[in-house]
Amino acid sequence: MTADIAAILAIDGIATGAVYALVAIGTVLIFTVTRVIFIPFGDIAAFTALTLAALDARQLPGTVGLVVVLACMACVMELASLARAGELRAAPKAVLGYLVLPLLAVGIVWLVMRISPPMPIRIVLALLLILPIAPLLDRIVFRPIADASVLLLLTVSVALHFALVGLGLLFFGPEGVRTEPLTSLALDIGDVHVPGQTVLILTAALVFSGLLFLFFDFTLLGKALRATALNRTGARLMGIRPARAGTIAYLLGSLMAGVSGILIAPVNTIFYDSGFLLGLKAFVGAIIGGMISYPGAALGAFGVGILESFASFQSSTLKDVIVFSLLIPVLLWRSLASQHSEEEVEE
Amino acid sequence: MTGMLSIENVSVSYGKVEAVRNVSLSVEEGQIVTVIGPNGAGKTTLLMAAIGLLRSTGRMLFRGADLAKVDVEGRVERGLCLVPEKRELFSDMSVADNLLLGTYSLRDRSTTRKSLDDVFDRFPRLKERSKQAAGTLSGGERQMLALGRALMAKPKLLVLDEPSLGLAPLIVREIFRTIASLRSLGVSVLIVEQNARAALETADYGYVLETGEVIQSGPADTLIHDPKLIAAYLGGH
Repeated sequence: MTADIAAILAIDGIATGAVYALVAIGTVLIFTVTRVIFIPFGDIAAFTALTLAALDARQLPGTVGLVVVLACMACVMELASLARAGELRAAPKAVLGYLVLPLLAVGIVWLVMRISPPMPIRIVLALLLILPIAPLLDRIVFRPIADASVLLLLTVSVALHFALVGLGLLFFGPEGVRTEPLTSLALDIGDVHVPGQTVLILTAALVFSGLLFLFFDFTLLGKALRATALNRTGARLMGIRPARAGTIAYLLGSLMAGVSGILIAPVNTIFYDSGFLLGLKAFVGAIIGGMISYPGAALGAFGVGILESFASFQSSTLKDVIVFSLLIPVLLWRSLASQHSEEEVEE
Repeated sequence: MTGMLSIENVSVSYGKVEAVRNVSLSVEEGQIVTVIGPNGAGKTTLLMAAIGLLRSTGRMLFRGADLAKVDVEGRVERGLCLVPEKRELFSDMSVADNLLLGTYSLRDRSTTRKSLDDVFDRFPRLKERSKQAAGTLSGGERQMLALGRALMAKPKLLVLDEPSLGLAPLIVREIFRTIASLRSLGVSVLIVEQNARAALETADYGYVLETGEVIQSGPADTLIHDPKLIAAYLGGH
């Protein structure tokens, strides 16, 4: 391997890592606020890519059907639980949140699509369609078992992923898609050729993690989310509803996953089931960061991306084997490190 | 007289064990009321039920409205705020952020700046440490922060669980002086305490809780001179 090839592989790895980083940050965000390890996150990213591809082809994306079905289910469940609690006064608000708002997103997409909007608008439309999915799934699947153990939540999360893959096949069909490149520009640093898409991916990752950081540090809502993650009882005593904090976490996380899906779609061919590997690799990155640290998760995700890039140069068939084998030493090191700190506490 | 909080025949159970049995008590507007009693008498359990973190039977009215269908967050929005025994601070966040989160339940946050200044006036130590993480504070400072954070929510009734627990005597005196000064703000207070003397010296009215039941109640200055209580709770001080 020459230095040139190493540089190209490194740049490629950093770009892949940036995509994983967005999903990893979303995974950590949702885990800390709701205790759910949201495995279907990669699916959300893949669905965004498929949605954008359909919009590019001037077709109504399968996401529309998915959102309508989920919105109806969530609304019925919310009304049923309100009726059981004898709180039907809150029904209009529930209908607005779980039915009207998601359908409004669908309606906007349907209307705007008729005027054949340019690329940036199509991206916004794709994100708009993706955003309601995770919060609606949260209402349907996770809200009824919100107090369950992390293990049970994880099991349900895995099941939900398989359900989503099936729904993906139903709504999007088996064809793979690759969207138009967002830019054809390229950058030459010395002898190394950096594609514009790579620059774009890195910029987007930095911008969106930066925005998240600003949101956490400078808005009361962002602080409330952090507070819920740190101390659930304390947050409730401040009047912060964990369910509401969860919805916001799912919305923000979906935005991160959606952006990563849009960034990766021109580079890789995306199928209805492509999300799993993306989500799993981001999850490995998040685990390296201990599932609680955003910079840790981002660094871990970059590490995974770079390792994958070099591994695929050595042996493209074994690249996933190499990446996931990394998990074992990392988990060993993590468990040893955390034991060490517990001993220190006892002293 | 308008009732701030009235608890009527409330019982709380952990499985088959009844930790609080048929307790009734009331807090009037502007009053400081204390519940004293030994460890394990059910004091904390009673407060957890009042804030809605534990299920209970019986009736609870807050400013005339039934609390049965109101969740914890709803009670906080109505002005019923708990400072729990464990303080429940956000330890990785700064002192200032902890205080700001106290205003989360308020509709109108235009007075946040003034509330923050008021808390800093009351507890200058918090101002000095406003950028520090809450987890780095000493026990007394943590209690001040928990109290300050609750005051940011502009409570109508402040419920304090063992505010003196684990604090040095000098700090205990300071905390109780602060509690007494809340009267002038028009805030009613319900304190649960093991430090019976400090609590009764501050309070207007007191209840004695033993093994989950109210065994005695009366004006605080009567209770403090009651020979039986002196022997049981006040003798050592």
